[in-house]
Amino acid sequence: MSHLGYAAGMDSFQATIDADGRIEPRDAMPDGYRKTLIRQIAQHAHSEIIGMQPEGNWISRAPSLRRKAILMAKVQDEAGHGLYLYAAAETLGVDRADVLDLLHSGKQKYSSIFNYPTLTWADIGAIGWLVDGAAIVNQVPLCRCSYGPYARAMVRVCKEESFHQRQGFEILYTLCNGTPEQKAMAQDALDRWWWPSLMMFGPPDSASTHSEQSMAWGIKRHSNDELRQRFVDMTVPQADVLGLRVPDDGLSYDEEAGHYRFSEPDYTELYDVVKGNGPCNQERLAHRVKAHEDGAWVREAAAAYAEKQALKEAAA
Amino acid sequence: MIEPLWEIFVRSRRGLSHTHVGSLHAPDATMALRNARDVYTRRQEGVSIWVVRASDITASSPDEKDEFFDPAGDKVYRHPTFYQVPEGVEHL
Amino acid sequence: MTDLFVYSLRLGDDALISAQRTAEWIAAAPQLEEDVALGNIGLDQLGQARTLLQYAGTVEGAGRSEDDLAYFRDEREFLNLQLCELPNGDFAHAMARLLYFATYQQLLYEELLKSSDEMLSGVAGKAVKEVAYHVDHATQWVLRLGDGTEESHQRMQAGLDALWPYTAEMFSSDELVQRLDVAVDPSTLQDEWTRRVTAVIDESTCGRPESSYQHSGGREGRHTEHMGYLLAELQHVARSHPGATW
Repeated sequence: MSHLGYAAGMDSFQATIDADGRIEPRDAMPDGYRKTLIRQIAQHAHSEIIGMQPEGNWISRAPSLRRKAILMAKVQDEAGHGLYLYAAAETLGVDRADVLDLLHSGKQKYSSIFNYPTLTWADIGAIGWLVDGAAIVNQVPLCRCSYGPYARAMVRVCKEESFHQRQGFEILYTLCNGTPEQKAMAQDALDRWWWPSLMMFGPPDSASTHSEQSMAWGIKRHSNDELRQRFVDMTVPQADVLGLRVPDDGLSYDEEAGHYRFSEPDYTELYDVVKGNGPCNQERLAHRVKAHEDGAWVREAAAAYAEKQALKEAAA
Repeated sequence: MIEPLWEIFVRSRRGLSHTHVGSLHAPDATMALRNARDVYTRRQEGVSIWVVRASDITASSPDEKDEFFDPAGDKVYRHPTFYQVPEGVEHL
Repeated sequence: MTDLFVYSLRLGDDALISAQRTAEWIAAAPQLEEDVALGNIGLDQLGQARTLLQYAGTVEGAGRSEDDLAYFRDEREFLNLQLCELPNGDFAHAMARLLYFATYQQLLYEELLKSSDEMLSGVAGKAVKEVAYHVDHATQWVLRLGDGTEESHQRMQAGLDALWPYTAEMFSSDELVQRLDVAVDPSTLQDEWTRRVTAVIDESTCGRPESSYQHSGGREGRHTEHMGYLLAELQHVARSHPGATW
């Protein structure tokens, strides 16, 4: 039944996709579909765990105990999100340890946004508001992704992330209504995080390489530029509420279209950071590799202990 | 691979059955249970947790789905909507 | 300064400084599952700290908030155990400290449940469940590291030994706890603590640490050199903007 079963499987794959159904782990699927998903889910997971660093840096320095608790819970959530996503990748037949090795050896990427430094407390607000805001715009459509385990992981992630964005906005709102120094800190953070946030949606549609096939497979639902526009439309009025200036002289509202017009980000910078030349690429990866290597003896010990206990049980 | 994969099932509240919520890695069942508590019930999502070693699960194959599941399709008499209830009869 | 104020600070500072150290593990733990677990433990500790420092502020009656007490006291005014402020060291050190400290907290809170001070018994009621989980977590790891590989056994032993000289301070009694009838005299907890901790150490196949010189001073605001750096990091943003709201 093997070759017949395979062909039938592929037919049913396409039929499921066409009917906007969900593909599940043991279904037959084209190699390209599997590979695309593994890469995308793994890189998404890597982004979650590397993303713990720029914010984790500030847990020890958070300026109030309430903020400290919120930030700890948030960074902890990111570890949880990484876990959900690695688990989703594993349903496609890869191992978390192997996928982590690909991150550690630089063969797989993570979101470039996390290669920018967090310089002041206001950056923690900006990350929550802008970076998590952009992530949510990217992720909400993924809750309807054609691959079941990824879609389910994203439902969980999105549910938990809504507090992340709000706490970021709240940090900035408090700063903007605080002392002049605090407000300046908030503006400075927006100035530095605005363009990198816009670049989180990837290269412009005219230059995007993976988009078409991913759209056909129901992995991607909207183009990079569509999502970027959605983010700008959502965010600019929020900046007005904060009383902050979006650092784009070309920004204007197009009444007729009902959209904000904005300047094109400098994508050469994006490509540079992706290539490894961002301000923090080296540190982020080195920190991650160190945590992993420092933990090796712990993981080995736990495995050795489990083995000993299993032997004892078998002997008893 | 050092650490086995565990599938996690959580009972979200009394009266409901355990539902699959995801998976995680742990060296043994004791740690799997504890990790599951931390990872999958941070927001009070559960009152009871099962952990099952992923390799211990036997699953039906998608290739067999026709012979597995289609035969149930014509047994409509298993569903209450199959039966006609005369008008005016309640609590049935 | 009333006795109750000082007593609340002692317990609150223990929890706050522990939370500060525990949080350093987030994004640096041996595996992702452990990042999440230590995050939970740190959040529990921080929660206890906040309630206790708020209470201290109320008892004092000078209008100081939890943040005033956490961010605007100097090193000599912090009353936590030195055990809590020591740098993390490796994961075995962290689990040794958690075993020692959480077992102490568990016994303390079990007693404090009976306190006639409703606020303190209320804190204890919530915290006693949290620290039971911390004890369990530490126990699971001490067993695994102690009876895991040769390397982990050595590291676990080293961690248990290194922190042992900071344990007696947990149980040192003084006039204040003897005077304050709503407080628990920690010296009454030591025997049971030793019994519970050595049971775990024995099962882990590690050796019981030899009794040795015991450090003290935290309760009087005399700390290790590490404390200054810890506070510098904890306090610097808040102190750079006095009077600001966050």
